[in-house]
Order: sequence, then structure tokens, then C-alpha cells
Amino acid sequence: MKTESVLEKILAAGHLAVTSECGPPRGAVPEKVKEKAEKLRGYVDAINVTDNQTAMVRMSSFAACLIIRQMGLHPILQMVTRDRNRLAMQSDILGAYSHGINTMLCLSGDHPCFGDHPMAANVYDLDSIQFIQMVKNMRDEGKFQGGDEILNPPKMFIGAAANPFADPFELRVARLAKKVKAGADFIQTQCIYDLPRFEKWMQGVRDRGLHEKIHILAGVTPFKSAGMAKYMKNKVPGMSVPDEMIKRMAGVPKDKQAEEGLSLCVETIQRLKEVKGVAGFHIMAIEWEEKVPEIVKRAGLHPRPGV
Amino acid sequence: MITAERKPIEEIMESIRPFNRILLVGCNECVTVCAAGGRKEVGLLSSALQMACMKEGKVLDVKEMTLERQCDPEYVEELVSAINQADAVLSMACGCGVQEVARRFKEKPVFPAVNTKFMGASERQGVWAERCQGCGDCVLGLTGGICPVARCSKRLLNGPCGGSTRGKCEINAEVDCAWQLIWDRLKALGLEKRYEDIMPAKDWRTSRDGGPRRIIREDLAS
Repeated sequence: MKTESVLEKILAAGHLAVTSECGPPRGAVPEKVKEKAEKLRGYVDAINVTDNQTAMVRMSSFAACLIIRQMGLHPILQMVTRDRNRLAMQSDILGAYSHGINTMLCLSGDHPCFGDHPMAANVYDLDSIQFIQMVKNMRDEGKFQGGDEILNPPKMFIGAAANPFADPFELRVARLAKKVKAGADFIQTQCIYDLPRFEKWMQGVRDRGLHEKIHILAGVTPFKSAGMAKYMKNKVPGMSVPDEMIKRMAGVPKDKQAEEGLSLCVETIQRLKEVKGVAGFHIMAIEWEEKVPEIVKRAGLHPRPGV
Repeated sequence: MITAERKPIEEIMESIRPFNRILLVGCNECVTVCAAGGRKEVGLLSSALQMACMKEGKVLDVKEMTLERQCDPEYVEELVSAINQADAVLSMACGCGVQEVARRFKEKPVFPAVNTKFMGASERQGVWAERCQGCGDCVLGLTGGICPVARCSKRLLNGPCGGSTRGKCEINAEVDCAWQLIWDRLKALGLEKRYEDIMPAKDWRTSRDGGPRRIIREDLAS
């Protein structure tokens, strides 16, 4: 084992891993973090904590991770290169690891223009691949990015994102290969609705044997309504939602759409279980955390294995 | 070249409000090419300011001059003959020119009449786009002649990010995805394999992050 990460243990034991996410509150309200995380207890192996997602200011991922860790749960520290230079990122990693946070997700982050501070400077000292390299070198070489030795190097289990639905499609397997080369241990994908395209991507991943070098957690997000499905299709960059899904959501009465969205999500997981190389699921129930236990149970992923 | 756009007339009027005699100085280099601050624009701004002042019942004395290069002390020296007849200088050069005038004439107020924008190229008549950030360590040889530092919204050296859609950037459908352009060009050059080489973290000391920069050429320096 490279780390003490529970997620690493679950994946190494060959279990299908389950992760979910928790967006920190837009205020100093630790109770909100506890409330969201508590709903996930016993149903997921680890909880991603987003880092100013969609470029909106929220409680820091590190602080919210700490709250979750103190509840005896396992947070995944998300960190974007948009807001911090390499000094700030490394110091936060040392701090997080000192508090028992041993799993992280390395991202570039949404551009500030999408958020509530479009006037902010965007940092991007590193990109996500250079970020992965930095965290790996901190762990395996015991060195800071600048080259100096680290006292008690942080041993992070390193996650990265992959979006099989962005363009150009022909680069999407190659970009995953770069993340593997950089040292990522696991991947959480963009929300999967377009199964044929995902399967085509996975075929490319398997052809290069990448699924044996990295654990791929398939991302899913349940639709709450037909409106949300349309929004995801039309407004979210790099997202592919087939028309049949939108039709199916719109085809049921409004008060039954949430239920239909959950069923669709469970069916997607069932289908993804059949895809060779899928090592688990990342369930992103946006502001709908209370439904994660139901999805996990209905998808046959409960109880979670003890490791 | 360095590109610029003229400031709104109201802002320029506000900056020169306390003064009656203005030396309006254009530049014959970049700002002429991008039609922001050359001889022609100096003439247009001069008339506009005089008319605007007339409406307010004030007579504005404007002396027009356009230097060969406002960022060059040799040409800025040409202002000596006119500077004493002016209460303030209004410069239509890029920020480099404005500062050179301010450096040479320490006791004369100098105001910019343009906003300096970026180093770019002309895409077509009347359209200029950013091409270079002056990072001080050019990577164009590795990226098919398209700069990810200047042209990727997140300046990713290992792109594209997950927001690239049909060749466009997630921030705006008018912006090309630099990494789509880089990939297309690598393919055209038969260099697809190069894509998987990881570009290491950049040393930003050669860029603005290392502090204000200078070039000293020992062979030329006096």
C-alpha cells in the first residue's frame, strides 16, 4: 500500500468502491457540513469535499474535510489550481495530512468567470497534471516541488478527473494516459449519461491497459427533474446527455420526475457494473445527498465492505 | 504588436478637466497599426475633446504631435520644444510610451488616453487577438506554434481541460480552445506522439512573477 487511505484499501481488495460528494456551505456553518456528511455514513467509502466549486466562494475544502474526518468519516480533499500557487497547495497538503486527511483529488477547477468573483485573478501556477506530479513526488520522493526535503512527507492517495465527453474525443484516452504517467492512483469521471460514448472511451482505455494501472470510478448524477436534465445537456460545458434520457424524464408527471431520475441513475450504475475496467462509482447527488443511501442500496452496493 | 483601445471620452475629459493647454501625443508604432493612437486618432481625439469642451463653455488648446516611437527616449526628446506650452500631456501610446514621457518630464502631469490591452496579431480587418504573454521562456516549438500560456484560458501546459467543446473554450463560444488548435497542428505536422510528453511545471521567474524584467545586452549597452 502506498498510503493509509481507506479508498486505496477498498480498491486494492478488489471491491467496487463508492464515493460521493459534499459541497461545503457558503458561510461559517459547520453544522451544514456535518448534516450532509452524516447522511452518507455507512453508504460510501469516502466523501469528496469540493473546493470552491463553480468558482463560488465556500468554506475551504480543507476545513470541511477536517470536520468530516473528526466525525470518523473519510474525506477526499479536492483542490483546484485556480486559486492557489504551488506554495499554498503544498502547505495545505501538509496541513491536511497532519489531520489525517490522506486522499485527495487534483483538479484545475472551473474558470473564475463562472463564479461569484469573475473579477478575481486566476492563478494556474500549475495545471492538473503538474499538480499530480507534485503530490506524487511529495509522497514518493519526500520532496517539495522546489526540490527541498520534506520532514515526514504526506502520503496522499492521488485522484484525478477524466471527462470522456469533452472534445476532442480522440485525446481523451491519451490525456488519461498522461495522468497515469504523472502518478494518479484513481480517477473520478464526469457524470455519465451517454453510455455508448463512455463504453467507447473505456474500450480505448482497456486497449492500452490503462485500467490495470489506475482505478476508474464512474461518475453518476441523478436528475431531480426534466429541467435539470435539459440544463445539463445545454448549459454545462463538456457534458453529453442523450435525447432519450431527456424524453424519458419529460415523459413522466412533474411530481414523479425525481423518482424517475433516481431509477435512471440506478439503471446507469447497473449497466456500468458490466463495463470491464470500472472499479467503482462516484455518486454526485448535487444538493440531494439524502438520496445517496437509496441509490447505493438499490444499486446493490450496500452494505459497504469493512477493510 | 502591442494592442490598445481608446478610453471612453468621458474618462479622458475627466482626467484633463483642470487643464487648459494639452499636448496630445500619438505614437507611430503599434498603436498606429491597431488604429488606437496614431496620427489619425490623435486628430480625431483632438477635435472630439475641443468640441466637448466647447459644449461646457471652455476653450481647450490642444497641440498635436505624433512621435516615431514613444517608448524611445531619442524620440520623446522631440517633445522638449512643445512641453512648456502645455499644462499636461495626454498620451495615446501604450503604457510604455506614457511612462517614458512621464520619466522624461518629471514635473508635467501625463495621462493615458488609451488602455493598453495585449500582445497580439491581427486576425482580420479590425480584429486583433492575444497571442503572447511574454513569459520569457518560449514553448511554441513544443506546441505546434500555438501558445497555451496566452491562448488557453487556464494557461494549461497539458490540456485540454474537460470544458473543450467542438473546438471552443468553456468560457465563451467565441474563444477557440487552444489545445484543440495545438492538437490539430501536431496532427498536421505528424507529431501526435508528442502530445503524451508531460510538460513540466513552468518556472515563472522568467515571467512577471520574477519581478520587473530587464534585458541587458553587454554588446550594445553604453
